[in-house]
Amino acid sequence: MTRVLGCLAVLMPPYVWMVTFFALPIIVVFAISLSDAVVGIPPYAPLVDWSSARFLGDVENYTFLLGDAYYLDGFLGSIRIAAVATFICFLIGYPMALAISRVRPTRRLPLLLLLMLPFWTSFLIRTYAWITLLNSNGIINNALLNLGLRETPILMLYTDFSVYLGIVYAYLPFMVLPIYAVIERHDLGLLEAAADLGAKPFRSFLSVTLPLSIPGIAAGCLLVFVPALGEFVVPELLGGSDFLMIGRLLWTETFQNRDWPLAATVTIVLLVLVVATVVSVQRIVDMRERPL
Amino acid sequence: MGTPQGKTQVIDAPSRGNPNTAAGTEPIISLQGVSCRFGDVVAVDAVDLRVDRGEFFSLLGASGCGKTTLLRLIAGLEQPDTGRILLDGEEMAGIPAYRRPVNTVFQSYALFPHMTVARNVAFGLRQENLPRAEIAQRVVETLALFSIEGLAKRKPAELSGGQRQRVALCRALVKRPKILLLDEPLAALDRRLRERARFELSAVQARLGITFVMVTHDQEEAMSLSTRVAVMDAGRIVQQDEPRAIYDRPVNRFVAGFVGDANLIDGTVSQVSGGAIGVDAGLGVDVAAAHAAGIAPGDPVSVMIRPERIRLVTGASDSGGVTGRVRGKAFLGNAWVIQVVVAGERLIDVRLIGEESGAGLSPGHLVTLSWPAEAAVCFAREIGV
Amino acid sequence: MRSRWRPLIGGYALFGYAFLYMPIVILVVYSFNESRLVTVWGGFSTKWYGELLGNERILQAAWLSVRIAAVSATGAVLLGTAAAIVLVRFGRFRGRGVFNGLLLAPLVMPDVIIGLSLLLLFVWLQSQIGWPAGRSGLTVGIAHITVGVAYTTVMIRARLSQLGRDLDDAAADLGAPPWRGFVEVTLPLLAPALAAGWLLSFTLSLDDLVVASFVSGPGSSTLPIVVFSSVRLGVSPQINALATVMVVVVALIVLLVGLSMRQSSRRPPEGAD
Repeated sequence: MTRVLGCLAVLMPPYVWMVTFFALPIIVVFAISLSDAVVGIPPYAPLVDWSSARFLGDVENYTFLLGDAYYLDGFLGSIRIAAVATFICFLIGYPMALAISRVRPTRRLPLLLLLMLPFWTSFLIRTYAWITLLNSNGIINNALLNLGLRETPILMLYTDFSVYLGIVYAYLPFMVLPIYAVIERHDLGLLEAAADLGAKPFRSFLSVTLPLSIPGIAAGCLLVFVPALGEFVVPELLGGSDFLMIGRLLWTETFQNRDWPLAATVTIVLLVLVVATVVSVQRIVDMRERPL
Repeated sequence: MGTPQGKTQVIDAPSRGNPNTAAGTEPIISLQGVSCRFGDVVAVDAVDLRVDRGEFFSLLGASGCGKTTLLRLIAGLEQPDTGRILLDGEEMAGIPAYRRPVNTVFQSYALFPHMTVARNVAFGLRQENLPRAEIAQRVVETLALFSIEGLAKRKPAELSGGQRQRVALCRALVKRPKILLLDEPLAALDRRLRERARFELSAVQARLGITFVMVTHDQEEAMSLSTRVAVMDAGRIVQQDEPRAIYDRPVNRFVAGFVGDANLIDGTVSQVSGGAIGVDAGLGVDVAAAHAAGIAPGDPVSVMIRPERIRLVTGASDSGGVTGRVRGKAFLGNAWVIQVVVAGERLIDVRLIGEESGAGLSPGHLVTLSWPAEAAVCFAREIGV
Repeated sequence: MRSRWRPLIGGYALFGYAFLYMPIVILVVYSFNESRLVTVWGGFSTKWYGELLGNERILQAAWLSVRIAAVSATGAVLLGTAAAIVLVRFGRFRGRGVFNGLLLAPLVMPDVIIGLSLLLLFVWLQSQIGWPAGRSGLTVGIAHITVGVAYTTVMIRARLSQLGRDLDDAAADLGAPPWRGFVEVTLPLLAPALAAGWLLSFTLSLDDLVVASFVSGPGSSTLPIVVFSSVRLGVSPQINALATVMVVVVALIVLLVGLSMRQSSRRPPEGAD
């Protein structure tokens, strides 16, 4: 009996905490997404009319959201930005992971630490740093002008380019680390075996290393794509004022329009996108691992 | 290594048991119908076990046979689903591991890596809230027992495998338990060390008179150390006896094959005469074996003969015996193993003691094998096996 | 990957690292710029650091952020430890999958979702039970604990499952009741993971803009919120100075942690028997 009580004392605090502050909020968001905005505190209409015991919620917000070009653009834009940024991260990150795994073991840890160090410094400040670099009168443009390479500054800040740059910059380590973890774990003996069997280096890479690192790639893509989907800071600081992403829509609805039911709806749709991504990536990894 | 010289002579011949054994009194460990399952797997299946005071008892079996679970049940680290466990006459149901009069040497040794050797050994005594001075004294005494006082200030990571094993023993013994449980205490040591550690274990047990229960998969270890051995298979105890008896009179094929090398010949009983029987195994002549209770002519049986009990003469012999041809041989230093083909297909291993014993034999030689009937054990064979 | 490909990959990696560090280096360099124009070098000066020290708003926000970060990191480690014990030591129980999912989901949840959902929760709770009274440092702390628990659980769980059960069993076998075995054996061995988890939650909390923006109240602007509102208006040398201070502090902490880990993992060679 005391054993059971002891176990419950350990189990309950984290369980209750996560149910209250993670699961319950999502339920509240869903409920409010069915409600309508009103002026007042709280700024949404009640869902149930207790006097007549009637449910007042409807899916009007959802139909509005999916029928409105502005929001649809925001969603599609987010998916596009996140997907392209993920792909660029992969293109830069995979060779980096490969390179780190190929150096002497004693040098790997410092290289990994160097990779993670920026992650420990403020995300906001790292994004902000790019403004100095990319501005029309920023460091890169000044250098180009002074060297006489350009007559007029290149427009880099507040474009799609700067948003991609910012996201890739922020999330690159999240692509490298899982890929490195997987590559490092396989035996380099496999590569030697491939070489021994006459495979040229590039060929053995294509037929051995790349397929084996798929789980790492999947994890890396997940870790870049999902947060990029809901990214707010980068488009806000580096993107143009008309640049649409879900995170920004959500922010505007919450703080400027104070249309919380609509913000809640945007959140639920984003949540569905996130869950769908996670589940499908999990599927891909599972499918690959089963027949082996 | 520091095994105190001269202590090894205290060891008794295993079969005589410890002089402290109070024969006929209540056992120190008594298990009655104990079962334990994990999910669908029955790890321990209705086991009855009785260990007397001062015994060196071994649980012998292949990995996964339930022997470690049985040990953990005694220690209180697992709970039985059914049955009773009594330690020194006391019912153990509901008594947690930390209140039982037993201590364990774990297979991994489970030394606390953040504590020095002295702190490790003192850990159990500190739980009893003994005075500091007494703890310190007992720690030193126990370390001295294994001549490792010099390691007191080291951390486990700074010890060799053999040193770790001795620290684990110290840590368990310093509590002066009524029973010491040992889970494969020698498995992590290399071969050379294992032999010495075996003698040391035996010497300590004899000196302290504590009941030892050891789990092992190594039949040689079980045989050489134990007063009694229980052979386990699939959660059950198959045979429980003195090592000699298990070796000479295994109760079934499994025990015969697990404990030592064995030739097994299947056949049917053709005749029963007094203490011996004849078995027709298609070898041309009837195979002689000792009579076992309940065996009658026509019964399907297996006959087990230890390789070293077989007598080999070259050429055909008219004084009975099975003839065959040498197929191969292996030199073992002090003995030879000769592989003989009989009846065209069956292989029988013969162990010849002595350096020169098998030197003259080469493949193709005609030989005759024979053995005394009492050296061959027969047990009933289920039809279809 | 020999010969021909090696320099290519090496060059690629070098480029990647340069990409990661260049903006930070520029930031640090220009924090010592005399000129107010961030992009024009006007000589060496530390005057922006002086101005930073006189900026009450930033200092107050920084102090609040540090306090929130310390409290929420502590909370996240406590809950994460309990959660890790449940996941590693309790075996299978009904609801384990849900428990695991709840704990780890914040790892793959965009900040805006966590922020908005907690905001709506707090407002709803207030309208229902009157707690929490408005949004404040408390609500920010709760939000940061919720995110931090996911990270601490992962880190502590990894360490705990590495430890195995043997040590607990040994402690129990030697007469230590479960709580005493935990305090004397498990806890000291978990210490590195606890410290790492604490530091990570601390920095995550210190760094968080999005979640904090949703759940903070009028009087509880954290450092990132203040920095953000200033950065939105354009580049400011003071922010460069602040950024430099933060980068240096973080680099020092990482260096110290790295060194201490190296120290503790150093082992003498296996002794001969």
